[in-house]
Amino acid sequence: MSQRVEAGAAGHGAEPRGKRTEDGQATYLIAIAEGLWEEMERDERVFMLGEDIGVYGGAFKVTEGFLDRFGSQRVIDTPIAEESIVGMAIGSAMEGFRPIAEFQYADFMTSGFDEISTALARVHYRSGVPLPVVLRGPSGGMVRASSFHSINPEPWFSYAGGIKVICPAFPSDAKGLIKSAIRDDNPCMFLEHKWIYRRIREQVPEEPDFLVPISSAAVKREGDDVSIVTYGAMVHRALEAADALAKEDVSAEVVDLRTVYPFDEETVLGSIQKTSRALVLSESYRFVGIGAEVASTIAEKAFEHLDAPVVRLSPPNVPVPFSPTLEDAFLPSVDDIVGEVQKLSAW
Amino acid sequence: MTTIRMPQLGETIVEGTILKWLKQEGEAIERDEPLFEISTDKVDTEVPSPVGGTVEKILVEEGKTVPVGTDLAEVSEDGAGGGEADQAAGTASDAGAGGAADSGDAAAASGDGTDASDAAESPSPSAPPARTAQAPEPAASGESADAVQEGSAAEMPAVEPATAQGQEATAASADGASSAQAGGAQPLPDRGPRSKILSPLVRRLADEHQLDLSRIEGTGTGGRITKQDVMAAIEGGGAAAAPSAEPAAAGQPAPSEAPAPAPAPQVTAGAGEEVVPITHIRKAIGEHMLTSLQTSARAWTMVEVNVDHLVKLRDRAKDSFKEKYGVNLTYLPFVVRATCEALLTHQEVNAELRGDQIVLRRFVNMGIAVSYDAGLIVPVIKGADAMNTVGLARAVADLAARARAHQLKPDEVQGATFTITNPGPYGSIASVPIINQPNTGILSLDAITKRPVVIDDTIAIRSMVNISMSWDHRTIDGEIATRFLARVKQNLESWDFAEDVSV
Repeated sequence: MSQRVEAGAAGHGAEPRGKRTEDGQATYLIAIAEGLWEEMERDERVFMLGEDIGVYGGAFKVTEGFLDRFGSQRVIDTPIAEESIVGMAIGSAMEGFRPIAEFQYADFMTSGFDEISTALARVHYRSGVPLPVVLRGPSGGMVRASSFHSINPEPWFSYAGGIKVICPAFPSDAKGLIKSAIRDDNPCMFLEHKWIYRRIREQVPEEPDFLVPISSAAVKREGDDVSIVTYGAMVHRALEAADALAKEDVSAEVVDLRTVYPFDEETVLGSIQKTSRALVLSESYRFVGIGAEVASTIAEKAFEHLDAPVVRLSPPNVPVPFSPTLEDAFLPSVDDIVGEVQKLSAW
Repeated sequence: MTTIRMPQLGETIVEGTILKWLKQEGEAIERDEPLFEISTDKVDTEVPSPVGGTVEKILVEEGKTVPVGTDLAEVSEDGAGGGEADQAAGTASDAGAGGAADSGDAAAASGDGTDASDAAESPSPSAPPARTAQAPEPAASGESADAVQEGSAAEMPAVEPATAQGQEATAASADGASSAQAGGAQPLPDRGPRSKILSPLVRRLADEHQLDLSRIEGTGTGGRITKQDVMAAIEGGGAAAAPSAEPAAAGQPAPSEAPAPAPAPQVTAGAGEEVVPITHIRKAIGEHMLTSLQTSARAWTMVEVNVDHLVKLRDRAKDSFKEKYGVNLTYLPFVVRATCEALLTHQEVNAELRGDQIVLRRFVNMGIAVSYDAGLIVPVIKGADAMNTVGLARAVADLAARARAHQLKPDEVQGATFTITNPGPYGSIASVPIINQPNTGILSLDAITKRPVVIDDTIAIRSMVNISMSWDHRTIDGEIATRFLARVKQNLESWDFAEDVSV
C-alpha cells in the first residue's frame, strides 16, 4: 500500500482500466470506476447524474473521462439540488432508464431524504413499477473531514425498508457490487468509503460479467476464537487487529458484511457457530447503528452457540469531530478492537 | 502486625460477643481461615482472618461482648508489607461479614424490607466464608424484637441471607451434592466467583454430552467454564462424564445421595437389540421420579372397596349421561369426589412439607395422571373440591384430551395438592405409585373386578376395587393414611351418586 495510485494518473478521458498499476492492481476508486464504465458500455439505459460528475470528473474523480466517452446525454452535471437529483432519478427509472446518481459526499444524501425514504423506497410497493436506481456517494470518516463530510448514513437508509444498502471494503467487492447494483431492479445505495478510495488496491477481476451478489458477506480472515463482524473501512482495522491478536495466540475471524441491508445472516451466524463469540464492529453510531441490528440478530438466532455476550464496538452518537485527536478517540481503533477481542476471548 | 476488630455484621448491629477463639496465641493462621466465632443480635458466624501469619495476641476473651470496631486480636504477617496490613485490618469487618452483610445492605438499599416471616423462611446457609449458625426460629424472633425496638421494618434486614443470596446458597449446596455424587471425586478447590456463570453454549454442550459441570475447572475470567474447557472435557473423554445432568440448571438442589442411573454416552446394539435415544420427557419423568423416591419416606396402604352399586349406577346412567353432558361417564369422577371430601377431612394428607414446616390446604387441586404418547403427564383440576360429579367428569375428559393432544398450558400441570393415578383400565389390581412431589400422597385406582366376598356370613359376588395410596411418612403416619383411605372407602360405599348423574 505504500505505492499510491492517483485516479487521474493516466490522463483525462482515459478509461478507468488504463489507470491500474503496472502489475494490474486497481484501487477501490478505480475498481468502482471500472464497474461503472463497464455497465455504461453494456446497457445504454444506464446513465449518470450528479454534481460535477461530468466536466470536473467527480469530486473524487471517480467519473473522470466518462463525459468524453459517453457524452452529456448520459453523464449529466446537475445543479446543487440533491432532492431534484433523486427525483429525476426516480422519474427516469419509472420510464425505463437505469440511473446512477452521485452525491459528492454521502452527508448530502439527506438533502434528498424525503425523495429517498418516501418515494424511492416505496414506489415499487405502491405502484408495482420497479425503480432500478443506484445512489452512490463517499461515506465515512478517518480522513479528517469533520462533521459535514464524514457521515455513515447506512442506518438511516436501511431503516427506509425498500433500499439495498451496500458498503464494500475491497476493490474487487466494490466493482462486483456496483455492477450488481446497477443490474438490480431495486433501489440500491452504494456507499464508497473515502478512506479506502486510494489506500487499498488489489488484483481486480476483468471479466465483464464479474459480479458479487448483493447481501452476501465474506469471511476475510478465518479464525477460531472470536468473530469480528464488520463492514467498510473497519474491515481493514479488524484485519490489522487480527494480525496483532494472532501474535498473542488469539485467533480472530473477520466477517465482512459487504451489504448491510439486507445483510447475510447465514454467513454471520455460521461464523458465530464456529467461534461462539462475537464482536460487532461498525463505524456507524452505536445507538440504532448497523451493529445494533447485527448484534441483536446474533443474540436472537445464535443464542445457544454463544459462550460470551455479544459485544458492540462503535462510535458514540455524536458528530464526527474535526480535531484529529478527537476523531481518533471517536472511531474504534486497532487497539480498541484488540482490547475488546481480548476481553471477549477471556470472558 | 494486623489488628483484628469486631466486625459490623449489618447496619443496625452495634456490638458482638466472642463465642470461641478458633486459634490461640502463637498459632499459625492462613488468610481467610476462621479465626473466631462471634454472636450478634442477628447471627452467629465465623470470622476469617484477613491476613495469613501468626496470632500474636488475643485481646478479648471468650464470652465477652464488645462494641463493633473493638480491637480483638493481633496477627503478625509473614513477609507482607505494613501499609497493606493496615488496609487489610480496615476491611476485616467486610471480610468477616462476607456476603451476608452485603446482602443486607442491598436489601435495605432497595427498600426490600425483609420481614420476620421472610427471615424465618430464608435458607440458613450463607455464602462462604461466613456461616450462619443460628436456627431459623430464634433468628426470626430476634428479628421481630428488633423490628419493634427500632420501629422500622425497612431498617431491619441486616444479616439474614436475602433472596439473591439464598439462590446462591442453593446453587452452592447443589454443587456440593453433585461432587459427592461423582463418586469420591476430589472436591475442586476455590472455583472462582464466576464459576457458576454458564453461557448458553456451555449449558447446551453439557446437556448434549451429559457432562457434570461441577467437575470441570473453568479457565475463563473468575473461573468461568468456557467453551474451550467444555470441549477439552469432551475430547478428554470420561473425565467429565457424570451420572446426571448439571444440577444448577435443574434449579433444584440435587438429592444428597444420588447413585443416579448413568446414561452411558455411547451404547452399542447387540444382536437382536435396538438402541433408541431417550426422549426429553422420558428423562424428565425419570429424574422427577428418582428425586421423589430420594426425597420422600414412602409408605403404602391399600383398602378394598365395594363399588357394586357404583357399577350398577354407571351401567344405568352412562348412555343418558353421555347424551346429556357430552362426555363419557367413568368411575374416576366418583373417586375424585370421594377423595376430595376425605382430603378436606384429613388436611394432613392434602399437605406439603416445605422445609421444616407443613403447609395445610383447605382446597383441593387434584392432579390426574394421564398417559399419552410421549409418556406421562399430570394435569391438574384446580378447585376440584368445589365441583360436582358432572363438573369433574368434564374436567377429566377435557384435561385428558388436551394432554393427549399436547395442548396443555403450563399452569395446567402445576399446583396439584394431591394426585390420583388410574391404572385400573389396563388391568392392574394393585399398584405402588411414586408420590408426585411435593404432594404428601398419591392415590391409585386399580381395576374393578367381580370377586367373591363375605357379606353377613354368606358368600356373595360383588364388584370390588383396590384403592391404595403411597404416602410420605415424613408428613403423616399410618394412622392418618389409613383413616383417610377408610374415609374414601366409606364415601364411595355410602354416597348415593344417582342424583349427581341424573338417574
